[in-house]
Amino acid sequence: MRYVIRLAIAEVLFATSLFAQESTNPQAVPDQPDISALLQKISDLEDRIIAMEGQMRQLKDQQATAQPAPHSEVSAPALVAAPQQPIALGGAEGSAAKALNPDISVIGDFIGVAGHNPIQPSPSMQMHESEIGLQAILDPYARGDFFLSFGEDGVNLEEGYITFTSLPAGFVARAGKMRSAFGKVNTLHNHILSWVDRPLVTYNLVGGEDGINDAGFSIQRILPAPKGIFLEATGQLFRGDSADVFTASSKSDLSQVIHLRGYKDISESTNLDLGVSYARGHNDLGSNFLTQLYGIDATMRWKPLRRSIYHSFVLRSEFFWSQRQQLPLEQRAFGFYTSADYQLGRRWFLGGRFDRSDRNRLTNVTDQGGSLVVTYWPSEFSQVRGQYRFTRYANNIDAHELLMQVQFSLGAHGAHPF
Amino acid sequence: MKKTRNYTSLAVSLLFWLLLCAVVLTTAAEAKNLNVVTSTADMAALAQEVGGDKINVESIAKGYQDPHFVEAKPSFLLRLRHADLLVSVGLQLEIGWLPPLITQSGNPRIQVGAPGYLDASQFSEILEIPQGAVTRAEGDVHPLGNPHYWLDPENGRRIARGIANKLKDLDPGDAAYFQQRFQDFDRRLSAAEQKWDAEMRPYRGRKVVTYHRSFPNFTRHFGLDVIGYVEPRPGIPPTPGHTIELIQVIKRENCKVVLVEPYFDLKTPQSIGRETGAQVVVYLPSVGGEKQVTTYFELFDYDIGLLIKAFQSGH
Ligand SMILES: [Zn+2]
Repeated sequence: MRYVIRLAIAEVLFATSLFAQESTNPQAVPDQPDISALLQKISDLEDRIIAMEGQMRQLKDQQATAQPAPHSEVSAPALVAAPQQPIALGGAEGSAAKALNPDISVIGDFIGVAGHNPIQPSPSMQMHESEIGLQAILDPYARGDFFLSFGEDGVNLEEGYITFTSLPAGFVARAGKMRSAFGKVNTLHNHILSWVDRPLVTYNLVGGEDGINDAGFSIQRILPAPKGIFLEATGQLFRGDSADVFTASSKSDLSQVIHLRGYKDISESTNLDLGVSYARGHNDLGSNFLTQLYGIDATMRWKPLRRSIYHSFVLRSEFFWSQRQQLPLEQRAFGFYTSADYQLGRRWFLGGRFDRSDRNRLTNVTDQGGSLVVTYWPSEFSQVRGQYRFTRYANNIDAHELLMQVQFSLGAHGAHPF
Repeated sequence: MKKTRNYTSLAVSLLFWLLLCAVVLTTAAEAKNLNVVTSTADMAALAQEVGGDKINVESIAKGYQDPHFVEAKPSFLLRLRHADLLVSVGLQLEIGWLPPLITQSGNPRIQVGAPGYLDASQFSEILEIPQGAVTRAEGDVHPLGNPHYWLDPENGRRIARGIANKLKDLDPGDAAYFQQRFQDFDRRLSAAEQKWDAEMRPYRGRKVVTYHRSFPNFTRHFGLDVIGYVEPRPGIPPTPGHTIELIQVIKRENCKVVLVEPYFDLKTPQSIGRETGAQVVVYLPSVGGEKQVTTYFELFDYDIGLLIKAFQSGH
């Protein structure tokens, strides 16, 4: 349509210039002000077309983000009323319906493992997990996020929650199933990690790959703090079922997680991120047996802004204490990891990790190990990684393994977690 | 003795109340100003032009930073949670970092769809809107059109008008002020535009290469001809094959200038420059890309100055 208008404008211009030329001959009076007025009119017209185009784009966008305006008048019966609306298939209506779809992304994760591990053997090759993300803004007050993971044995709702973003007094709340805010690595999806696996302490004390991940509520708020310091508290209440850490034998066996995060920019390129976490729930021995977990996490990041896509460095440690009531004696275990990741260039990353952890049920038994990781990014949407992992399990059982991973992402561009 | 003590305590309590009043008054005065946060420095510069001293404006990304890859640092939340208005570039430029910041801000005013959220792309002329199917075989394409649209002064004017109108809505008491600021900006921009157009007129039709597709609105406005990109595809770092091809194109087309954004590595552009004799110019896509470039006007002054110098020395 715009081209038609442009064409029309051009024609008008052409005609007037012809006219102007003709008219200059007999009268020789250049009609300067009229032309500039015309030019002004054209540029005003162009402005209006651009504004209209922008509104159209915005409208499409708003359809996609489901503006509440048309709903609010009919809020409750909207669902019932829907079929009464004329159903048009194909054409513009079809694409408008598509615009309402959530952002869809798929992340594939292929892992190959070579080497011998008698304690925790891994298959030689596996399509470890395919994660489907469905994300959308529900209305100006909330957004919805779903992450379904398709493993080789079945489907798992990794996360699915609604986030209420417009609560009073600066609160942000979530309801659904979610990775709990216990430390750093527990909150991260597999494809975000800087290793093929998770730290040893995660497997030994914090529920392994799934971690503390449960159905419940979460509420968080930024706390007042001295200038320049970001302080945030998160409180979460869950059903009480998380991997081998928490088990709810009765309805009242709820589990809780509390997390306090402090963050400060040391300079524009360097920052420090500290957190303390506490989790409490009942374990698989029954309602009378509690497991409590304590965590401290510390992350230092460096990324020079002028070369942010080429170089970065992240140093991270997490320390965990587990206190598990069991018979005959309560078991207290401790474990930690320290990792460092350096970005060599736009596509290359080099990392290392040191692991050490007791086991939560047998705390006089300690495993330790270390990893060396190289990651290559062909583009922002695929990643190839190699990891050499050495583990010395208790009783001097050694495992040397080579882990290879290919990850690839389809569809909507996800946000980069920080 | 006792009397003086009384006077001292009176003075102290008076001072206390005075201080308290001062604090209350200053916070009240501060509260009167709208807090505007923008995703990029250009939007901040334009907001500042029309908002004047009735707004406090801060940008999340720095002008010398790649706007596609900003980190969603929690410190930004400290600004966002008090914001009355968030101005974004839109068209998925900030897709990697702005949505989580908005979600975590705990600020209902700036959520997408709320009155305090303004996507400036709606006011602007957008180029390179893909027709038909888009695939990532074309790289990290911007599927809604090119979001680097603010480098056309015409768009600058439209964005400023859009922001001014939004400020009027949010703070009707100062509507006349914002309108007057916009008109003043409009006038100054028209004058500057005439000057820029005149300065650039001798170089219309000149060929340039850019690193990323960051300058289509600029090159179109000033009639430059972009014949290639250092990136083989948007968001994909240079590859030897593409670089060789580009060198041939530059030689064949007799292109004299390679424009590079300040956040890209200069190694490949410089080797292209050595091979072809083209000049490598670190060109600013944003206000704040260099310390001395603090306004929308200075951005064009700086870039046009660089370009003219490069074109002239290319002879
Ligand atoms: Zn771009």
